[in-house]
Amino acid sequence: METTTLERISNAPPADRLPRAWRAYASDAKYESLRMLRAPAFAGPFLLLPAGLYVLFGVLLFGAEIAKDPKTALFMFMGFSIMGVMGPGMFGFGITISTEREHGLLRLKRALPAPAAAPLLAKMLMSMLFVAIVMASMAAVAPLGHLHLPAGRLLAVSLVCILGSAPFCALGFLIGSLASAKSAPAFVNLLYLPMIYLSGILFPLPKSAEWIAHLSPAYHLDQIALAAVWAPHVGSPLVHAAVLVAITVVFTAFAVRRVARHD
Amino acid sequence: MTNANIAELAAVTKRFGKVVALDEFSLAVGPGELFALLGPNGAGKTTAISLLLGLARPDKGSARLFGLSPESMEARRQIGVMLQEAALIPELRVAEQIDMVAAYYPDPMPVERALELTGTAELGRRPYGKLSGGQKRQVQFAIALVGRPRLLFLDEPTVGLDVQSREAVWATLRRLIGEGCSIMLTTHYLEEAEALADRVAVIAKGRLIATGTVDEMRALVVRKRITCRTILRAEEVSGWPDVQTVSSDAHGLHITASNTENVVRRLLVADEDLHGLEVQSAGLAEAFTELTQEER
Repeated sequence: METTTLERISNAPPADRLPRAWRAYASDAKYESLRMLRAPAFAGPFLLLPAGLYVLFGVLLFGAEIAKDPKTALFMFMGFSIMGVMGPGMFGFGITISTEREHGLLRLKRALPAPAAAPLLAKMLMSMLFVAIVMASMAAVAPLGHLHLPAGRLLAVSLVCILGSAPFCALGFLIGSLASAKSAPAFVNLLYLPMIYLSGILFPLPKSAEWIAHLSPAYHLDQIALAAVWAPHVGSPLVHAAVLVAITVVFTAFAVRRVARHD
Repeated sequence: MTNANIAELAAVTKRFGKVVALDEFSLAVGPGELFALLGPNGAGKTTAISLLLGLARPDKGSARLFGLSPESMEARRQIGVMLQEAALIPELRVAEQIDMVAAYYPDPMPVERALELTGTAELGRRPYGKLSGGQKRQVQFAIALVGRPRLLFLDEPTVGLDVQSREAVWATLRRLIGEGCSIMLTTHYLEEAEALADRVAVIAKGRLIATGTVDEMRALVVRKRITCRTILRAEEVSGWPDVQTVSSDAHGLHITASNTENVVRRLLVADEDLHGLEVQSAGLAEAFTELTQEER
């Protein structure tokens, strides 16, 4: 009996080995990633900027100071990494969802036998792929910034960052579900830039303004990433993770309701 | 409700705010049939398609696909869709775009076959964003076909196509019908309905005005139109037997009648000075205009 089953499996054409629903998810994810990698205005900045800026500030401009201060070296590495996590999710979702909603692609997919969650999962996996590439590039340039993390810790912080892109995807999704295709990039920028500064991930905030950082998912992710490399951090990583999960769930729920609404 | 119908709207009413898009509207598409929903822009054609695709829910009445809810995955796996407005992904190549949609179906045709059927084989490697409007429509047509659907929905499929491409789409549709596929298309081109459809439904202002074969539709409105200059007044003539409508303007009196001979005979007797007499039969185009305008 076992041989017949095996035979049947090996005789099946390759595409049929993947269950039908999986095929739909896999195909959406593949093509979503491919299209974003091909979009120069998206792939260029989000893949190159984090490591590029890190080299500019952490190596070329302030390399000498940082060499004497390992704490600052780690702080800069984390800051630019988190910045790299934010972009693909916020812009990727914000811009594509608003465009696809407005130009009828989401509607078409709803009429076609595409699983309802496939376009969303595809975009999320796309963001995670981008973050993985960003983290690989950050790991590659880290030694230039006098940061020598063991491979295990680099891997840990990369995993945290990849998973940590979820709340930023949810935020982008929410904006994309509300804003028009034209205004979505402006709205995303309106959140993205202040969030970088006000989270205290690139430079410390004055004591009196520290509370602002707690409102930002970037701050919470930064703390988890620091914990992942056994560096000093504020608060419990579990609490930070809970905040990020809550943000992801609430924003996604709002956006799904808005997008899946019947005419 | 019969199960033989592949797609069915039963007495549906759909409102958007105060606008009634569909009013007690019914239609049914049978197996192997090409059904054309014909009407001017804004008549409710796209709303009817949206209800059958599960993109909107009727306020009253019911929409069924293969006897199932149009929102069910099982029903959707058996349909192909070409919407009026759907921008596909500009960065993807044509073949990739079709492959992405093919993955949603249980038994899709090879991408090359879909390209071939829609005459887009040479576009396969081009980025979708670089195509002309007409080429994009053809790719959307390929996407509708790739899942080997039992029922194909085409919302204004040939808008923006040149004559040659339109003929090519028509030829493919005839071929699909020959292979047992059912097709429901909306159009405001009469030639399209005339060239393809087994059955036509005329819709205006959300209401079904007439339904039948193309010939039946023509017969229904093969009223003839009489124009003449006469001293007779419209009110007088409108009471005559066989006379359906009468109007008068600077060109004279316009009469539509089911039996023109009788009416002409009586006209000539009643007004010896009558002149400029013309009798025309209405084509489907006129019939259509007439049918939809009567509703206004």
